Amino acid sequence: MSEALTVRKPCIEVKDLHKAFGPQKVLDGLNLQVSSAETLAVLGRSGIGKSVLLKLLIGIQKPDSGSIRIDDTDIAGLDERALNEIRKKMGFLFQNAALYDSLTVGENVAFPLQRHAKMPDAELTNKVRALLTSVGMEKAIAKLPSELSGGMQKRVGLARALALDPKILLFDEPTAGLDPISAAEIGALIVDLNKKRNITSIVVAHDVRGARTFADRVVLLNDGRIIAEGTFDDLEKNRDPFVQQFLGDTSREKIAA
Amino acid sequence: MDEAVDLLAAANPAPREWTEVATAPIIAAIEWFGEMGMFCAHLFRAVLRPPYEFGELARQCDEIGSKSLPLVALAGAATGVVLSLQTRAALVRFGAKSMLPAVIIFSIVKESGPVITALVVSGRVGAGIGAELGAMKVSEQIDAMEASAVDPFSYLIATRVAACVLMLPLLTLLSNLCGILMGWFATTLTEPVTLRHFLDSGFHGVMFSDFLPPTLKTLVFGWIIGIVACFEGMRTKGGTEGVGRAARTSVVLASLFVILADVFLVRIILVLYP
Repeated sequence: MSEALTVRKPCIEVKDLHKAFGPQKVLDGLNLQVSSAETLAVLGRSGIGKSVLLKLLIGIQKPDSGSIRIDDTDIAGLDERALNEIRKKMGFLFQNAALYDSLTVGENVAFPLQRHAKMPDAELTNKVRALLTSVGMEKAIAKLPSELSGGMQKRVGLARALALDPKILLFDEPTAGLDPISAAEIGALIVDLNKKRNITSIVVAHDVRGARTFADRVVLLNDGRIIAEGTFDDLEKNRDPFVQQFLGDTSREKIAA
Repeated sequence: MDEAVDLLAAANPAPREWTEVATAPIIAAIEWFGEMGMFCAHLFRAVLRPPYEFGELARQCDEIGSKSLPLVALAGAATGVVLSLQTRAALVRFGAKSMLPAVIIFSIVKESGPVITALVVSGRVGAGIGAELGAMKVSEQIDAMEASAVDPFSYLIATRVAACVLMLPLLTLLSNLCGILMGWFATTLTEPVTLRHFLDSGFHGVMFSDFLPPTLKTLVFGWIIGIVACFEGMRTKGGTEGVGRAARTSVVLASLFVILADVFLVRIILVLYP
């Protein structure tokens, strides 16, 4: 499995990435490669810079040094306009969905389409309906985000992230704060997307058990760099005490479950 | 043990030098203006190139303009009544009672109408924009917009600032109208005078240059309110508390800058139209 993956062309390539906030170093020489159509889980403790990594990948935050190549374009030196062209190929599901709360569910999903996909109104409405149907939220089209539960908001956020048919999807803690059933449903949606649309996904999570259900490969982040990577089986063979501790907690969870 | 030492150090930070204490606010102020300069530059870049969000602009004009109407009308009306009551007593004392309509109309058109409207709008709209953008910032909605390849400066900032600039002169006209009408009404309560006579004698000495520059200076007030509230909203940090702080700072700074700008604008207008 991992051999097959390394042969494929990397879709995302991160080299020697550094990012600090004041005196606090968040990423300290991080290297990462993601092949196309792969689903990669980025694991690590809370507050360790996993979300920062995703925001650097989509250019919302700028790295202090290092390079980020998306489809062979280094995004670190791009101006806003060129960056937006890259962003149109990417979708981002935020931790709390980040739906625009003054707009309805339908308007939220239509927001990127109205601005980037020039299409007649009727087609736009159909596309919005289709996107919401694909995440099972078509009935909520006229509702405001505040009327939805956390899990439902994430589904709508996913529909919005999919609006421009992205090649790459970034997920920031897609299952955090959800009950086990909703979390499993979101996990199933991620697997489904990867199969149906050949999307390259990076999923940031702290829940190993959840990640196991949808990820092809895992990287474990600590102290600003990757300390272990491979399939889940590779990780279980890793003797590093931190890796063992991280996985150990979940084995106990497995027993409890 | 080390942890205990760290905790103690955190609880009692080393006493700062007095020079540091004295210069900190000055440095903070310089930083504020520097960041504001960059914010304005980013806004101009966004305004100079399409896309233009006319739908959102119309929505903001409604939000900022139409929905401020009752408040502005009430504030203007109250000003008219107070001016009538106060000036009447003073003018009677100096034997210049016949000047009452002119004094009321002059004060409203030249100064109190524009400034009171701007202060009322600073409160309502400044807090509204500061809190709305602040909440969008802390809940990552601004990040989500950037991730969708939409510039928040085009969609959120330019539309709000433009709506403030466009709406404030119109709101000022309404405030002036209500002030003059209620000024007349309050005057008739003590000494009946027809509206026509009141307006004739009030507007007798008013020239176009008395009316136009003070009304146009509200364009600047609108710009100040919009840009300060958007700037404070967009630099919000730290959850719900940060949102509250953004709303408060927006109102305080917008009102303060409106008053300070008024001093300069009045001076400039006096030089241009002596």
